[in-house]
Amino acid sequence: MLKKSTSKRLVDYLSYILLILTGIVVILPFVWMILSSFKTAGEIWTFPPVFMPKKFQWSNYVEAWKALPFDRFFINSLLVTIFVTVGQLFTCSLGGYAFARLRFPGKDKLFLMYLATMMIPFPVLMIPLFIIMQSFGWIDTLKSIIVPGLFSAWGTFLMRQFMMGIPRTLEDAAKIDGCSYWGLYWKIIVPLCKPVFATLGIFTFMGTWNQFFWPLIMINTISNKTLPLGLVMFQTRIAAETPWHLIMAASCATVLPIIILFIIGQKYYVKGIVTSGLKG
Amino acid sequence: MKLMHFRLKNVQKEKIAGYGFLSPNLIGFIIFSLIPIIASIFLTFSRWNLASSPEFVGLQNFSNLLKDELFWRYLWNTFYYAIGTIPLTVILAFFLAYLLNRKIRGVVFFRTLYFLPSVTLLVAIAIVWSWLYNADFGLFNFFLGKLGITGPRWLQSKTWAMPAIIIMGIWKGVGYSMLIFLAGLQTIPEQYYEAAEIDGANWWHRIIHITIPLISPTTFFVIVTTTIGSIQGFDQFYIMTRGGPSGATTTLVYYIFQNAFEWFKMGYAATVAMMLFVIVLALTLLQWRLSNKWVFDMGVN
Repeated sequence: MLKKSTSKRLVDYLSYILLILTGIVVILPFVWMILSSFKTAGEIWTFPPVFMPKKFQWSNYVEAWKALPFDRFFINSLLVTIFVTVGQLFTCSLGGYAFARLRFPGKDKLFLMYLATMMIPFPVLMIPLFIIMQSFGWIDTLKSIIVPGLFSAWGTFLMRQFMMGIPRTLEDAAKIDGCSYWGLYWKIIVPLCKPVFATLGIFTFMGTWNQFFWPLIMINTISNKTLPLGLVMFQTRIAAETPWHLIMAASCATVLPIIILFIIGQKYYVKGIVTSGLKG
Repeated sequence: MKLMHFRLKNVQKEKIAGYGFLSPNLIGFIIFSLIPIIASIFLTFSRWNLASSPEFVGLQNFSNLLKDELFWRYLWNTFYYAIGTIPLTVILAFFLAYLLNRKIRGVVFFRTLYFLPSVTLLVAIAIVWSWLYNADFGLFNFFLGKLGITGPRWLQSKTWAMPAIIIMGIWKGVGYSMLIFLAGLQTIPEQYYEAAEIDGANWWHRIIHITIPLISPTTFFVIVTTTIGSIQGFDQFYIMTRGGPSGATTTLVYYIFQNAFEWFKMGYAATVAMMLFVIVLALTLLQWRLSNKWVFDMGVN
């Protein structure tokens, strides 16, 4: 018995060593990004590389913020992300409710269509979407990123799956009391759906904040750019010699909100991945 | 009679409510998904540079595609990236999930840590990695130098640019696959392992004869979803290499982007996009056929 527990403990130690080693590899680029963001230009352009900056240059953050209109990028990103997240929670929960609870002709066919579009790659949609945006006159506006983001087949699917799992007893009781469908949705379903709202909310927030491809196609004017587009501008346009210390500072500032949000809401995030990944 | 009338009225009400609740969602779905899908089919039969009006060209885009050497080259690049990324991602992810599934302390900490690259915006990651890959001042060539190896010029090298992006892709993708594996591992009943242990099976036997067979639907799912994801990559290629040097890292999606928004060949871009769709569709159908586990859950009842 004793022998077994020591061998088990040995395996535990070995597991820890492997987990920690992997952890170091995973964290290294982040550490490098943070350390570089505090270096002087001189410390950046040296070989062999300096690991610790001699003095932490907090001014890099100020300088990076001023080098490009980062406050504008930040506001744009925040605006787009909030509108898209709130909008998606609204449209997806309504649609999910209709699919999960209400009977109406064509429901099954519509739902199958939603499922089918979930697997269509974005590059297939983006060319016609570009043309649609052009016909609306929305190119180079934030609307062109916000409005298409307000809807999501995947989000509707997620909501529907969750609502299917809610027992109908409460609703039946409320129905007898003459509660309207809106009342059922708003007073019974929505409060019970808090976890799935959290899941979809975090997913959408992160996805929208990180979004690059579609804004790259749509936005041209500097004052309409979002943070990821701003970061890329830094890389290409600002000087002959890339100011890596400033880029790293700007990257840190962009990444930080998302990492904090993930750490706070990771329970829901993980649930979302597992739900959509494995089973409804 | 009165009850009947009441029921009918209720059915009517439910129909109206159903469409009412769905309508905000459905309008968006029609404008931003359904119409684009139909339009992109039409686009594949046309030539259009946005300046003049579209012109019907029949199957010419498709015949051009077959003759287009770049298309085949970039198709290969796309698969090169996928084939390079997936096996290592899956093996590493399984391995990490296996370690984390042993009931040891700090699981949540490690899980969060490994998952960080997956939530961080790819734009920032690609920028940081470009700096790590810098041939003269980058960290990687410094480490390689310590080992006595002269590092390649990574992103400027036709040979090494793709492997460089692949390595980053593995680093970024492992966390996601690990989570799925972890969920899969937790569905394997503890008794199986206990029974095997009583029979004298060592840990290696347990992995080979219990874990791997029982988790194979998950493995399959992970392989298909990561393949679908990796053939649609764009951000890293745009930021790190712009598809270069001389097309060495141009993938299908990047080629679609170039055709549509640099050369304004909308019809041809849509045709290449349709090829991408066919590949994704084939992979999805394969997944549905081979593992009906998820199909049942997604089905309409």
